[in-house]
Amino acid sequence: MADGKNQSLFKDKPVKVLLAKPGIDGHDRGMFVLARAFRDAGMDVLYAGLLPTPEEVVDTAVNEDVDVIALSLLNGAHMVVFKKVADLMKKRGITDIAVVGGGTIPDSDKPKLEKIGVSGNYGPGTRLSIIIDHVRERAAEARKKKMGSE
Amino acid sequence: MGKDSYWSSKLSEISSARSRGNESFEKWSRSTLEPWNRETGYKEKEYENSSGIPLRPVYTSRDLPENYEKDLLGMPGEYPYTRGIYPNMYRGRHWTMRMFSGFGTPEDTNRRLKYLISHGESGLSIAFDMPTLYGYDCDNRRAEGEVGKCGVNVSSLRDMEVIFDGIDLSKVSTSMTINAPSIVLLAMYLAVARKQGVPFSKVSGTVQADILKEYIAQKEWMYPPEAHLRIIRDMMVYCTDNVPKWNYISISGYHIREAGSSAVQELAFTLADGFHYVEMGKKAGLNVDDFAPRLSFFFNSSINFFEEIAKMRAARRIWATVLKEKYGAKNPKSMTLRFHTQTSGYTLTWQQPINNVVRTSIEAMAAVLGGTQSLHTNSYDEAWALPSEDAVKVALRSQQIIAEETGIPDVIDPLGGSYYVEWLTSEMEERAFRYFDEIEKVGGILEAIKKGYVQKEIAITSYRRQTRIEEGREVMVGVNKYVEKDEKPIRILRISRKAQKAQTERLRTVKESRDEAKVRASLEKLEQAMMDDSVNLMPYVIDAVESYCTLEEISNIGRKVFGGWKEPVIV
Repeated sequence: MADGKNQSLFKDKPVKVLLAKPGIDGHDRGMFVLARAFRDAGMDVLYAGLLPTPEEVVDTAVNEDVDVIALSLLNGAHMVVFKKVADLMKKRGITDIAVVGGGTIPDSDKPKLEKIGVSGNYGPGTRLSIIIDHVRERAAEARKKKMGSE
Repeated sequence: MGKDSYWSSKLSEISSARSRGNESFEKWSRSTLEPWNRETGYKEKEYENSSGIPLRPVYTSRDLPENYEKDLLGMPGEYPYTRGIYPNMYRGRHWTMRMFSGFGTPEDTNRRLKYLISHGESGLSIAFDMPTLYGYDCDNRRAEGEVGKCGVNVSSLRDMEVIFDGIDLSKVSTSMTINAPSIVLLAMYLAVARKQGVPFSKVSGTVQADILKEYIAQKEWMYPPEAHLRIIRDMMVYCTDNVPKWNYISISGYHIREAGSSAVQELAFTLADGFHYVEMGKKAGLNVDDFAPRLSFFFNSSINFFEEIAKMRAARRIWATVLKEKYGAKNPKSMTLRFHTQTSGYTLTWQQPINNVVRTSIEAMAAVLGGTQSLHTNSYDEAWALPSEDAVKVALRSQQIIAEETGIPDVIDPLGGSYYVEWLTSEMEERAFRYFDEIEKVGGILEAIKKGYVQKEIAITSYRRQTRIEEGREVMVGVNKYVEKDEKPIRILRISRKAQKAQTERLRTVKESRDEAKVRASLEKLEQAMMDDSVNLMPYVIDAVESYCTLEEISNIGRKVFGGWKEPVIV
């Protein structure tokens, strides 16, 4: 920012989210419900398709300049796969994209995921409004980092 | 489905028989109900079920077609089988309580199978892990964290040999829940049989192999639909000639429902898939009565009690009618729809998980009243994790209580003749035919799937349901009503990662000890065979697994020849 102030004309452009199910998991009902809910909430939504690798997810997120990566797994592999995504982000020094998670995630795993930067981790039966609010919040943080401080 | 107008003419036949008007209801409504509502200040609400079918407060005999009892209901074990496929139903024997399971290493599964056999089980059921379901070996980097998680891992014939070590394949029947790579798993099973000296004619069991529902719902595919359908055709033809006791397709609505469809959509899309397989068999030159008896079904039982029962009754009637009228089946076994049922995973809540025992029991009752041949009841902790042993036991006990305490199975089709259930059965039948007609207009079920029509219908229903729950118009106890602030955690099952290590180690040994020249030769022959649509792949796949080519090596030949598949965008 030239004079230390963000003067972008597109500060208020919609939150951009990449929905992804990395690893090997076809349970995509929740993803599709979220895709519609995010869209109805005014967000730009990208869906990574099935079976992307963590590398593909991170590259796509960077190329598409998203604010948030929303990961979902219902196959019990979240501790390995979510961590892989988080590790890649860390390794590549990406701090202006937030990572949130969801699926069948036991309570005891949630603090561990939070610690590596994967927040939310909502289970079945979570209200869509709670998830939307959380994504907006994380997106705002990410956007701030993208734009530099005001 | 074919390009004739069977569907639309059948649809008008059904709907005209049902339009009789209901004077007695109208009269009662005017003279008794409305004055009562006015007096008590009750405002009539709108009621509808999961399929969006509006429900009246009461039904009468006038809501059924005139020929109902004679032509549409029949008796148990008689065409059109609305009341059940066997003359004595559960008096002969209860449904099979088939609890689907599978875990860890082939050794773990072998021990589990032997334990079940020593307790009198002869119907084995095997679940595979995600890498196996997608045709990847345990050492593929995509498989990390997933080996042995949702089922047993099989990367080569050696794993299958361990799973069935000491188990006589002529004495058991094995159900394998596998779809995209089903030909490879079947080939491995047959290879084990051959090693045991069991003739293929004595081998019995099931592979799910319903690839159409994979594109619709479960999303476990490797190649484009046409390639997988060709492989299924090859299994059908090979088994009809060589493995006559093998059920090579279990046509599944379960996943379609779990992906968010309504009951009517589950009914319609599943049967439409079934009709496609029938047409495929006929096109391959098989006689319908030679293969249709081997087709079986797999339905979901969800929480709207009467809707589920009506769905199962309607499914039997539609299958019998269409097989007879459209496909010219003569053998009653071709017309009888046999089905397995699983209670709905979607209806289980993460909140107040013990409530799930009640939900599952109600769903299980619906399946029994709907005339299922076998049943899997879910465990109350499955919104949290894979089920723990205690939770599985309660689920099994729920079935045993229904079977042996409640008296529910004592009389066949006890809801037969209920004005409401019969009306609803016909209503769902008519709506299913409306879908069959629509699907034909889109160009048949395969086209409808490739265009994303079916997936979109489901996604719309699923989102609508979720929005209704958000708005409180549909209630989920503990989720949007009777919510408790402090949820106590429950004990859940954790799966160790030892399977990954053990499996990778074994795969390495297999690759070191096999004859590489043989491997290459087998894969080359398989590739040639895949390129010629008129060749039956089954013998080539059996040859490849016997050379210890791995699941992924075999699948990769297919990926090379057929290519992959990207689903149509539906959001």
